[in-house]
Amino acid sequence: MRLEPKPAPSLAMSILYPVVAIVVTFIIAGVLVMLADANPFSVFRLVLKGAAGSQFAILETLTRATPLIFTGLAVAVAFRAKLWNIGAEAQLYMGAIITVVLGTGALPLPAIILVPLVMLAALIGGALLLAGPAWLKLRFGVDEVVTTLLLNFIVLLFVSMLLEGVLKDPMALGWPQSPKIIAEAQLPRVITGKRLHYGFVIAVALAIGLWFVMKKTVLGYEMRAVGHNAEAARFLGMPVNGVLMKTALLSGGIAALGGFSEVAGLKGSLTLDLSPGFGYTGIVVAMLAMLNPIGVVFSAIFVAGIFVGAAAMSRTAGVPSYIADVMVATSLLTMVTAIMLSRYRVKWK
Amino acid sequence: MMDAVEILFTASFWVAAIRIASPLIFATLGELICERAGVLNLGIEGIMTAGAFAGWFTVYMGGDLWTGVLVAALVGMAFGLLHSFLTVPLGLSQHVVGIGVTLLATSLTYYVYRLALPEVTSPPKIEPFQPWPVPGLSKLPVVGEALFTQTPLTYLAFVLVIVVAWGLYRTPLGLAVRAVGENPGAVEAQGISVTAVRMGAVMAGSALMAIGGAFLTMSAFNSFFFNMINGRGWVCIALVVFGSWRPGKALLGAILFAAFDAYQIRLQQLSGGVVPYQVFLMLPYALSILALIVVARRATYPKALMVPYQKGER
Repeated sequence: MRLEPKPAPSLAMSILYPVVAIVVTFIIAGVLVMLADANPFSVFRLVLKGAAGSQFAILETLTRATPLIFTGLAVAVAFRAKLWNIGAEAQLYMGAIITVVLGTGALPLPAIILVPLVMLAALIGGALLLAGPAWLKLRFGVDEVVTTLLLNFIVLLFVSMLLEGVLKDPMALGWPQSPKIIAEAQLPRVITGKRLHYGFVIAVALAIGLWFVMKKTVLGYEMRAVGHNAEAARFLGMPVNGVLMKTALLSGGIAALGGFSEVAGLKGSLTLDLSPGFGYTGIVVAMLAMLNPIGVVFSAIFVAGIFVGAAAMSRTAGVPSYIADVMVATSLLTMVTAIMLSRYRVKWK
Repeated sequence: MMDAVEILFTASFWVAAIRIASPLIFATLGELICERAGVLNLGIEGIMTAGAFAGWFTVYMGGDLWTGVLVAALVGMAFGLLHSFLTVPLGLSQHVVGIGVTLLATSLTYYVYRLALPEVTSPPKIEPFQPWPVPGLSKLPVVGEALFTQTPLTYLAFVLVIVVAWGLYRTPLGLAVRAVGENPGAVEAQGISVTAVRMGAVMAGSALMAIGGAFLTMSAFNSFFFNMINGRGWVCIALVVFGSWRPGKALLGAILFAAFDAYQIRLQQLSGGVVPYQVFLMLPYALSILALIVVARRATYPKALMVPYQKGER
């Protein structure tokens, strides 16, 4: 069996392949649903209803998509330069920690100054957290995959330490939780009384901004060049190490904004379950979008819809909500396969 | 302070260290085989989760312990087949596929767990492997208790180190595995299929990872928990680098790591809560990063690691 490059696929083909990937994902999920003695069609209808069947459902899906846009963008930026940042989870928590530290009254400033300030601080914290592994990679040749993965565990333990120590809310009985941030540090809600907050607006704006950076700026061009062929980029005189470090700072900072947005926009405080794996799911979001920043917004909404819809479905149909995680993981594998098949012809010989 | 040193001379400490090392030995050997064949297998964390559940569940459903080990290995092989099919003949990114396999194996495991045991609040228990003191050897001074009062799975882990080392360096198959990780073109020229050797290596390696996971539910503990692998798979990837892709050195690394882990648990109790316990729990992960930094300069990766091979390509 061997692969031969195909001519560039037509628009129809480049849409058809991803669609087939999603269909295959649903077929696999359907089989698993049948194992739970449920009818796949009614289950998927319930998922769709839970994700988009009402104003409440749609707002809930967009709210859940918000952190995924941030982590998806963080991964998309890093992977484009072939910097394997698997530590968006840790960077997100770093952003959340900083938001809580600065947002609980330490800085008595009006909202118009405090919110951007906290946001910037979170960004810097996340950037520095990924700068560490990036520096180790560039200076000593330490593989960033393992270091960023291990940092996820270290940072989560650090959060646990803070929540049982200096950041413990004296008012919360037993449950490890930080105090609530002050009103001036909060992001406003998009619609009063609903959970969707301005973190979503920031995320979408950031996606558009990054699309511009990737497509139209020298840095974006350099990142793509380094990702495509670091040796050739070096040969052409590009500062490869500098580009990778800038990429790391950008990626880590973006992921941390996800943590800022969750605390300042939605939760108000830091807990150990702030992120149910947003950092890891961000990898799927980025790959489904083929690392395109604008695409990340749509794939994040798609993935969030599966999670929100499956949670609602699970309450009524009795199929474990882990079906959502299975579907998201399956869609990653089917999608990368589909993209490959759209570019190469498989010769069985 | 004296107590902190005395711990190192107690037999119970070394018994614990060897027990903690056992799942790491299985999984590190598994990853080592994959990487020697040129394939980075980031599916390890998920495959260990699936193996932990599959072995435990087989016993819970009435199978015997060794059947559980076999089922875990087969489940691991199935995920290895998926991983290697996507990364070897299709040549997809080993990073992305590996993470995908970890996410898939983990979520499938949790889904099946919830399906099989919907309403349990405390995880059901099984009768796990019991310690099996080796007659004679377990009475040896110093090392006897630590090495020879373990469960049969631990003995299997140590035997496998020898088998894998022998297989890699002394058999034609092992030569082929090492060669596809260094110079696949030369192997193809010998009329051996690079694809077949790489896929076989990933499947065999994944089976070992799954047994490593099963050790946790069937020997170290007696039930299955969520998040029970808790980064052990990622630690094993660091151990492979630390062991410079050699089974013997990887064994040494696993034991050192496990001794450190066992030591931090005991220090935690000794410190009496002055230092937050989370600091101690962070140490093993921090140590793994430190170990990577120390060896990184002289690490000699298999030359074709993460390089997909296309027949007829130069």
